[in-house]
Amino acid sequence: MAASDSRLRIRRDAGVTIVEFIDRNILDEANIQMIGEEITSLIEADPSLKLLISFANVDHLSSAALGTLITINNKLRPKGQLRLANIDPQIYEVFVITRLNNIFKIYPTTDDAMKSFT
Amino acid sequence: MGTEPASPVTASFTLINDRTDIHRAESRLFEALDAFEYPKAARFAIRLAFEEAVTNAFKHGHKGLPPTTPVQVDLSISHDQVVIAVEDQGPGFNPADVPDPTKDENLEVPTGRGLMLIRAYMTRMTFNAAGNRVEMLFERAPDTQPPAGA
Repeated sequence: MAASDSRLRIRRDAGVTIVEFIDRNILDEANIQMIGEEITSLIEADPSLKLLISFANVDHLSSAALGTLITINNKLRPKGQLRLANIDPQIYEVFVITRLNNIFKIYPTTDDAMKSFT
Repeated sequence: MGTEPASPVTASFTLINDRTDIHRAESRLFEALDAFEYPKAARFAIRLAFEEAVTNAFKHGHKGLPPTTPVQVDLSISHDQVVIAVEDQGPGFNPADVPDPTKDENLEVPTGRGLMLIRAYMTRMTFNAAGNRVEMLFERAPDTQPPAGA
């Protein structure tokens, strides 16, 4: 995938891969699929990945985006670690309504999430 | 405070599965929500329901149909309520057949949350008998009034 197509900003810090979204709205099916494929390629390259996904700039996300997060979590779980951070309160409510706050490790800030990796 | 439209804003769209086309209807919806000064939480809920319903129509309703098959969207927005109807041209489905995604055994299944989110955020969600048209009603909470004598 050409870097210019990416809907993600990806950086490494202290052994953790930190992913942020370029778009404020994670709604478009094609973009969600692209995001899923890009993160999957990171996991395939390093199954023991420590992955932190930050929602700092995100205003809306769809159930398809939630589905992609579940798929990422399922792929990482055997060896890697996934943390979510900086989720807007309205979006956090979506996690609560769907009970997905029970399967994801969610932290208020990037710093909090960074400290939680083992 | 702006001047609200005197009567409900109505609009109908025939959309193909293209982000630009979907955005056209969504922009009209949000212009009306702005005109009636819907609060942020209501706008979040209405956008979520609109997106999920349109996505369901194209992704599930039109499964197996030509990708250019259009979806009909009807909007009606007033100060007190928003009605969004989305109709696809597929064979329809029975919403009761969709598993509850919040059950423990379904929590890690990546699909099946759109309908429950619409149900959670809208006042009412109804389907026609064929199951290919969903109508979503959002009733606005009464505006908070300042205390008497304030």
